[in-house]
Amino acid sequence: MIALLRRLFFAGPVRLLILLIMGLNVRGRDRLPASGPAIIVANHNSHLDTLTLISLMPPALLPRLRPVAALDYFLKNRVLAWFALNIIGILPIDRAGGANPLTGSNRALAEGSILILYPEGSRGLPEQRSAFKRGVALLVKENPAVPVIPVFMHGLGKALPKGTKLFVPFVCDVFVGAPVPWTGDARSYMAALTAAMDGLEAEGHFPPWE
Amino acid sequence: MSALAQWLNVPLPVFIAILAVYGILIFASLFIRILRARGVEAGELLARTRSWWVMVSLFTVAVFLYRPASAIFLGLISYLALKEYFSIIPTRKIDRVVVLLAYLAVPVQFWFAYRNDYGLFSVFIPVWMFLALPTVMAIKGETAGYLKSVGIMSWGLMMTVFTLSHMAYLLFSGDQVNPVAKGAGLLFFLVFVAQFNDVAQFTWGKLFGRHKITPQVSPKKTWEGFLGGVATSIVVAGLIGPFLTPMDWRWAALSGGIIAVAGFLGDITESAFKRDLGVKDAGSLIPGHGGILDRVDSLTYAAPVFTHFLRYFFYP
Repeated sequence: MIALLRRLFFAGPVRLLILLIMGLNVRGRDRLPASGPAIIVANHNSHLDTLTLISLMPPALLPRLRPVAALDYFLKNRVLAWFALNIIGILPIDRAGGANPLTGSNRALAEGSILILYPEGSRGLPEQRSAFKRGVALLVKENPAVPVIPVFMHGLGKALPKGTKLFVPFVCDVFVGAPVPWTGDARSYMAALTAAMDGLEAEGHFPPWE
Repeated sequence: MSALAQWLNVPLPVFIAILAVYGILIFASLFIRILRARGVEAGELLARTRSWWVMVSLFTVAVFLYRPASAIFLGLISYLALKEYFSIIPTRKIDRVVVLLAYLAVPVQFWFAYRNDYGLFSVFIPVWMFLALPTVMAIKGETAGYLKSVGIMSWGLMMTVFTLSHMAYLLFSGDQVNPVAKGAGLLFFLVFVAQFNDVAQFTWGKLFGRHKITPQVSPKKTWEGFLGGVATSIVVAGLIGPFLTPMDWRWAALSGGIIAVAGFLGDITESAFKRDLGVKDAGSLIPGHGGILDRVDSLTYAAPVFTHFLRYFFYP
């Protein structure tokens, strides 16, 4: 029942909002994973990021898509928590510490899930990338065979930036890169991932937003 | 055939003209198939023609079958064009509200066109929105970049919404002045001649183009392409105009020339602003063509110019 609700939510209102009212300019769409397990690594500017990535994936993969999100942010009130867990389908991560934060992700990958990861940690300032946190490298180290696909998005921070509820449509860019294989150690992996994101960002031509 | 046209509620001349367009598309697709069979590289041409199939199908279905749907469809074209525009121009964060306000002008403007309320249709954007946008920006209080932003936004709203909404005005105002082919005939005439002119200018330019008109702005535009396109449009408009509009062949031919020249001017103004922004296409919505703004650029000039030409001489 809830799976059907989730499917209808993404097939109807989300697609209408993301693909028609807002509009995407997608490059390298065929590089998105066609099956699980996989890890999509993206920059994070807006709540729309997750909706955008999910609406680019075929509906049949929806049950496998798990955006990884902070437990404390999304579970702070019950309605939001229900929506985040059941409709968006997040995989909550406990930032506070205690248990190993990778356990949930490892298990999801073992089950064939496609994780959506935002290693910047937070949406941050609109349209400004911040440094990736190392957690992603630790996850890839434990799952070196899982393909990691970098995705650079631009414009969603204009459409719905952090700290506002006013949605203003802009055509947004989504550039999908080639998989970034495990390099052997965390430091060089973070460098490779960052270089891949820089390369994708450099493909675009973005008007000033000041 | 006339029974089918009547059942579909499409004026007979427009129905025949639509069938003729599908005939042209079939011919073009066959032609490309022959080219490819002979080993000619025609991938770009193929993508363009496929997009034409989609555009013609959407346009003929949405515009000629059910009137409220026509208004929504034409409004959607303006909305998508305006959105492309806002996505490639430099924007100030503080102006997000103003951008939203500009979007909201689209349904209002097309509502006036749908109601055939010429008074409000012709002043809503050039007067009311023109005054409202700078006011909202002033109240927001950020003066750095104010003038530039006012100029960019006002021009964009005029170019994508006000000018293109004349297509809807023709459709909804034309029934009295055009008793046989109705408003649908006027709209078809305008859009067909303008788009055919684009293709004709492109083809003449490819075949015979030597002398550049605007090397700084649009280096592919040549005098040969331009004049060949204008001549072709005059002939085509003179041939089809008497069936689709209240004009005889001489007036129709004249308006064909007017649409062709205006279309060319719309094309180079769009090229100029894209060049200023450093982008090649305004978007990527239509494979082989670029964005929607790249497809309707000629109509941004041709639609209002043809409408006011027709209004002056043929409306009561």
